[in-house]
Amino acid sequence: MKFKSLLITLLASSIFLTIIICIWKILATLQGLSFTNLNFNLNLLLSLGLVITCVFIGKKVNHNLKIFILSLSFTILYTFLNESSPMWFSLGIFLLILFFTNKLKKYDLKYLNQDFISEKIVFEFLSLFAIVFFALVILFPFYIMFVTSFKTQTALLINPIDLSIDFSKNIFEIFKSYFVIFKTYDFGRYILTSSYVSVGTVLITLLFAIPAAYAVARLNFFGKTFLSTSILIIYMFPAIVLVIPLYTVFSQLGLRNSVEGLLIVYTATTLPVAIYMLQGYFKSIPKEIEEAGLIDGQNWFGIIIKIIIPLSLPAIASVSLYVFMIAWNEFLFSLMFLDNPKTFTLSRAINHLTGDAETPRQYLMAGSVVVTLPILLIFIYFEKYLVSGLTAGSVKG
Amino acid sequence: MSTTLSKIEKRTAYTLLLPAVCLVFAIILFPIFANVWISFKDVELKDIRIPEPRAKKIVKNIQDSDSELKIIYKLRNSSLIQDIREVRFSDKLPKNIDPVNLDKRCEFKSQKVKCFFGNWEAGYRENFEIFVKDVNNNTINSKDIKSSKPDLTGKSNNILLTTDFTLKNFKNVFINNNFFELLMTTFYFTFFGTLGAILLGIFAAQLVNQKFYGRTFMRSILLFPYVGPVVALAYTWTLLLDPNSGTINTLLVNYGVIEKPINLLGQKYLIINILGFELKLRLALTTVIFFEIWRYFPLAFLFILARLQAIPRDLYEAAEVDGAGPFRKFFYITLPQIIAILSILFMIRFIWNFNKFEDIFLLTGGASGTLTLPISVYQQGFAISNIGMGSAVSIVIVLLLIIFMIIYFKLIGKKANEI
Repeated sequence: MKFKSLLITLLASSIFLTIIICIWKILATLQGLSFTNLNFNLNLLLSLGLVITCVFIGKKVNHNLKIFILSLSFTILYTFLNESSPMWFSLGIFLLILFFTNKLKKYDLKYLNQDFISEKIVFEFLSLFAIVFFALVILFPFYIMFVTSFKTQTALLINPIDLSIDFSKNIFEIFKSYFVIFKTYDFGRYILTSSYVSVGTVLITLLFAIPAAYAVARLNFFGKTFLSTSILIIYMFPAIVLVIPLYTVFSQLGLRNSVEGLLIVYTATTLPVAIYMLQGYFKSIPKEIEEAGLIDGQNWFGIIIKIIIPLSLPAIASVSLYVFMIAWNEFLFSLMFLDNPKTFTLSRAINHLTGDAETPRQYLMAGSVVVTLPILLIFIYFEKYLVSGLTAGSVKG
Repeated sequence: MSTTLSKIEKRTAYTLLLPAVCLVFAIILFPIFANVWISFKDVELKDIRIPEPRAKKIVKNIQDSDSELKIIYKLRNSSLIQDIREVRFSDKLPKNIDPVNLDKRCEFKSQKVKCFFGNWEAGYRENFEIFVKDVNNNTINSKDIKSSKPDLTGKSNNILLTTDFTLKNFKNVFINNNFFELLMTTFYFTFFGTLGAILLGIFAAQLVNQKFYGRTFMRSILLFPYVGPVVALAYTWTLLLDPNSGTINTLLVNYGVIEKPINLLGQKYLIINILGFELKLRLALTTVIFFEIWRYFPLAFLFILARLQAIPRDLYEAAEVDGAGPFRKFFYITLPQIIAILSILFMIRFIWNFNKFEDIFLLTGGASGTLTLPISVYQQGFAISNIGMGSAVSIVIVLLLIIFMIIYFKLIGKKANEI
């Protein structure tokens, strides 16, 4: 039993360590180091050695001293056995091992004697690996998007995987792509249009949705159940089946290439989910508060303005952020309705950039950063509200 | 008393609902029905521009005379394919300025020149001239004349409103366009995209449900792919996967994993040899499905995480006392608790993925075997410019959706509201 769990610990942990080192190496390649071999087998052996020493030393030595000495010796051995590399790379290896041996703190021979320990160990390293995996898979494209925007055309042609930022250049040179897209490609205007459309959509949606949601939540009228079911059904109909009729009608009415046209369409497509989310919240407000308002002589309008809205600010914030996100990221309708660069939104503008095969990729990526950054910052800042909006609306997307 | 109150209540409810209902009717329900109408018509993109009579006004001086001017109207039919009937023209002249030798088709009444031009065939052009003179022989200010704009009206057939119908579009959709392959691609994409997103969502939710350092940070970044704009993310992935200088291909070649770069988004099939069997993998479709999974697993993650956090802790503690390991805890406690929500999630996500347009459009544009029904709507309607065909494909989508929704509401519609 003890032997089995020891073996599993050794394998799980050393494979984990080797993969982490490989990932570090690949990331270093993107900083311009010319590695061509991952040396997987060699590093696996090294890691095995490290784990064995670590487990057998156990708690006989002071923990901090142990991990420091082990990391140092591993790093020296690694640098000696692998191809030559700069200091910062070895430092990275050192920190990785420090972190890893610290994780191994509780693994000594005594610990491995427990029941069901091997399953726990596998699970633990699987979790660690999953954290690294998810973080990498998600952040990698964002990282590439960001660093590519600081490169120059020639540098990318010479070595497409060297994505290091050359800090010896002056600020203007480093941020050149951003200057170009704002000056030559007029991105300042597109940011304004996008903000105008998104904020406008939020305001109009709220203006329409709050009264409607109140009616659905509180008032009795003929066709109420029918209406609340149809909200959900309408919500399921996708934009793509609306696009041809809307295109023809908007062309004939002259609403294409106008921001107002987009505002109308965005509002209509987000209304069902906004009503759905708001009415759920309105129902949770105690009726007694409204009745008190009624006795005070308020009419329905007064009740909505003075009682319902102040009490449901969190829900309104969620809906607003969710609608803002949908409007900011929307692509299909802006592609269909806008052909005049004067009315482009940011998404449409980036799509327009790619229409010209000559557009250098760093400009494209700079544009992508410009459209992505605001929405990510808003998300991080208002995460609490946006997450509850997303969960409620996550049927869509 | 109570009846009047309920009447007031009803009236209020309808007033509050009216704006929202009208807007949704106009922008969502009307187009769905309009699709039916258009799909039975033989309409192309160029037909939907209504022909208009147009005029451009130019004012010219006449030599040796300040009190006379020539006005040239460049008249034309805006459409190159349709006629305009009964074109009428009118323009205002300033006070004390009268036309001289007016064209026979026109008359001058209360300072207005009114003309009846009759029929203009498609692509019609004419330079129409009027000479004007000041009654008192004063100098004419040409700006006064320019300030008025000519008003033109005419009648034309709006091809969308005629009653000629045809079954041609549906015939084309079902017979000529490889409909079966289109449908199968759509189902592959939808099914595997949904399944993958949910599996990854379970993994991620299970992960974040544990306690570890940096857990809140992890939860935030897990939502990035969904929160980020699709345009930016799709183009970033296209650059990453690019066969010539994309990061992933260059890295793989650099480390000797592959010999030649693989065109992950542009190659329809990848032939794999396993034990002598030739396996044909739909490469581009698979890549697109992976992008889809990457982008939409956060939604599944959020949904599942919310459910996981509602599972009572003591269930796990009891299992731990019985000596169950983490895997057993997952299969015997967690999975039964979330299976209901997984089935709902699968249905809803299936319906939504079925309609996905942007992702495939931006990655491949429907090329190399990634043509799905929504992309086909765009291709028929705008790339081939056959609006009628596009609408016919839309109708197919709507019909399939209705079937899915009936299944959804029959199976789990009631339960969905309880969660």
